[in-house]
Amino acid sequence: MSSPEQVIQDVLADLPRHRGVVVDSPPGAGKSTLVVRAAAHIAATGEPLMIVAQTNEQVDDLVTRICERHPDLTVGRLSAGGYVPPLRLLELSGVTVGTRVQDLGDPDIVIATADKWAWISGRTWPWAIVDEAYQMRSDKLLRIAALFDRALFVGDPGQLDPFSIVDGDRWSGLSWDPLQSAVSVLLRHNPDLPVHRLPVSWRLPASAAPVVSRAFYPFTGFRAGTQPHERRLELSTGGMGTVHDRALEEAARSGWALLELPNRHTVRTDGEAVEAVALLAARLLQRGAVASSEQGERPVTAERIAVGAAHRDQVAAIRNAGVPPEITVDTANRLQGREYDVTIVLHPLSGRRDATAFHLESGRLCVLASRHRHACVVVARAGIAELLDAHPSAEPVQLGVPVKFPDGWEANQAVLDHLAAHRV
Amino acid sequence: MSLLTSLARLRALDERIAQPIATVRHCHLSERPMVLIPLRMSGEAAAPLAAMLGTRREDPRLLVVTQPRNRDLRFAWAADLAAELLPYIDGFLAGTETVERKNADPYERVLDAPQLLVPNQTGIAFIRLLGRSTRFRRADGPYPVPETVPLLGRWLTYFGERAAYPGSSLMAAATEELGRHWASGQSGLEDANLAALMAWITTGPSDDAEDPLVWPPAGPATDPGFDAEVLAPAIEAGAAERITEALRGQLEPTWRLMWQAVDLLRGLPEGASVAQRWEQDRGSFSAMAAHIAEGAPPQARRDGAVAAASRLARMERAQAAYEVQRAYDDPLVMAEYRLTGEAFAGEVVETEPEHSEGEGRSRKLRPLVVVKTDDPVRLAPGTALGTPQRRGQGAQLVEARDGLVTVKITKGMGRGKTPAPGSVPEVGERVCYTSLTDDFQGSPALPEAEATPWTHGGPPREYTPSDEDALEEWS
Repeated sequence: MSSPEQVIQDVLADLPRHRGVVVDSPPGAGKSTLVVRAAAHIAATGEPLMIVAQTNEQVDDLVTRICERHPDLTVGRLSAGGYVPPLRLLELSGVTVGTRVQDLGDPDIVIATADKWAWISGRTWPWAIVDEAYQMRSDKLLRIAALFDRALFVGDPGQLDPFSIVDGDRWSGLSWDPLQSAVSVLLRHNPDLPVHRLPVSWRLPASAAPVVSRAFYPFTGFRAGTQPHERRLELSTGGMGTVHDRALEEAARSGWALLELPNRHTVRTDGEAVEAVALLAARLLQRGAVASSEQGERPVTAERIAVGAAHRDQVAAIRNAGVPPEITVDTANRLQGREYDVTIVLHPLSGRRDATAFHLESGRLCVLASRHRHACVVVARAGIAELLDAHPSAEPVQLGVPVKFPDGWEANQAVLDHLAAHRV
Repeated sequence: MSLLTSLARLRALDERIAQPIATVRHCHLSERPMVLIPLRMSGEAAAPLAAMLGTRREDPRLLVVTQPRNRDLRFAWAADLAAELLPYIDGFLAGTETVERKNADPYERVLDAPQLLVPNQTGIAFIRLLGRSTRFRRADGPYPVPETVPLLGRWLTYFGERAAYPGSSLMAAATEELGRHWASGQSGLEDANLAALMAWITTGPSDDAEDPLVWPPAGPATDPGFDAEVLAPAIEAGAAERITEALRGQLEPTWRLMWQAVDLLRGLPEGASVAQRWEQDRGSFSAMAAHIAEGAPPQARRDGAVAAASRLARMERAQAAYEVQRAYDDPLVMAEYRLTGEAFAGEVVETEPEHSEGEGRSRKLRPLVVVKTDDPVRLAPGTALGTPQRRGQGAQLVEARDGLVTVKITKGMGRGKTPAPGSVPEVGERVCYTSLTDDFQGSPALPEAEATPWTHGGPPREYTPSDEDALEEWS
């Protein structure tokens, strides 16, 4: 495998040679760093650049990163009418915020969400960077593709596929299926475009990178950027020997823990599981976890902890169960692209009677299992392996649709298999 | 399946009779629907065998292909079908109203539109296939067909596509519509059997529904026993009369069921938003009629990149609107959202009708209402709310704790210093508020098809009718 620096060099070298360049990035592999570097690289040529991200938070993050790294660049942040820029954005010099391109002056870089870009017309940019391009539905790309001549597409192929509330079967198999991701459609029409891969995850610890890589990136693979001894999680106060404490201790020691509840079919907002998740979160704070890594030593404060679940009602139930308010509690969809020290995950299949395509989607579990720098605690009811065995993927096979890897069923089994060794 | 529907199914199983899961009818039901029961020859995807159709229950028309393997006969059958359906469709084109539009020319909209009722989803799929196989045919060139056949194909395609459009009632499947209003004690797959579902709703489950001799399948697939023992010998003997009478026997029970289903649905009062959705159906139907009158080419075989994206945007919007409207129209549907915490209902225990915010000129009236509820409220402060009791009103959640929810009314209480009479609920009134709201943003423009960008394969080739079209397999 080539070094990350080499990959970035190759990407930058490819930019002027092709109409489009795709970069696949596993979780925490320095995607944002790449975007910032490519942005500066293009801006240095003096040609205007547009950047497309998917959510307002992603846009704000990118603006902040670009301005911090390259204070000399001017950045225009396009937004919708109701948008209130966060304070950190207003403090940056060189950033203008506006709802129309004309209001921004003539900045080096204009950046907005794909939804906002879709309303812009009457001007084109020689360059574009599309961030989180695998999260973007191809119909969104269709609306904005006329705005740029050349583009760099960056994203994580292992995350959640875009979706729709309506049945899109009538388009499946078409090369421009609007429900496919922007990258899939782009590559189907332009198969000769170069695809690069970032080979190292800086986020995932050595305990997680091989697991996630094997389960969710079986063919492309990646490795951890740190050695096992470089990341340590310590609990500064002693435990009381409860299952919750033991789960936290196991997670601190090994990077993973599975808190298994008795096998039972439950409603989605399973009271016991919700309570366990909330208790774990509260207990983790009480026990004063300290994380040491290549970035130095710091306490694991509430902002560094996330709780993830599959459904919104589960998220609401967990929040109501008394999780300290500073801890992020959210669905897999919304945790995409975020990073924490410790995550606590309610397994999507916990307590279920069936395994639907929604719950089997490999991206969902991948997002939940790859947000952490130190440890991940999974809460699940026993019996998921049997549930999986009883529900092999039975989706109809559509003609003309490329086979998707990894298979959600298999990925789920692989993760479970690994977690079994860390059961409490 | 939602929690309430699951509960209703369990209760149906327990009480041996289907349970209502809606208090109003969520689909439009025409005064004069065209009931259409198509049958297909087994073994081929789109080979018509027969159809029973008509707008009056005492007068079904039966159309039969006496030798379904003979393609000439199939097209003759399609022409017969056209002779029944096209006059029915044309009958609605006479009465129109002029609709004014913002930023566009006014257009003519029909006052009423046709409605096709088929037994089940597979029936709709078959109609779509029939449309697909007839709309590219031509009255000249090789293998000519009667002029009405391609026209029929375009209408069938239209109805088939419209049936996939959320909330549309132009073509409906009886099992689907019944299943939206009643929960039986059987699985969703079993609900696709019209006879079984009707039995659950009317008299309770019955084994007869599984017996093809009592209740022949509602089509388009036929009973294999009937195929082997009755139909095949009759076709081999070339006895047209025998075939027709045999198929009449297969279709008549379903015909009676279909009209019973119509009666059942008609027994429910119409939901408040149904007329609005039917208006869209009428508009869409008028546009299609205008399209045909202008001599536009038949619908494309596949959606191009731009057409697909635009259809998806329309369908997503319709789906979202349909769900919201159903909840607003029907307390039983709203109950699902109350269970998931997206809505809450309760009694008003306190009001502050003249509460206001801001000072001087920016002073705004913001009446406060406190609702006592037992529902689990999972909405964050600041969430925009709507209420079925006062449709035009907008509100915002201020605070929710201990079963008391404070709501601030932000829209729809008049412009005066005091709220318009009746706009603020009184103490003791039962109200429901929900985060579901029906105001959607328009979607941004798509490029013209000729300007399809390189990322999506560039501009598509234009369709030109050719003799090749007639050589397509019609099976």
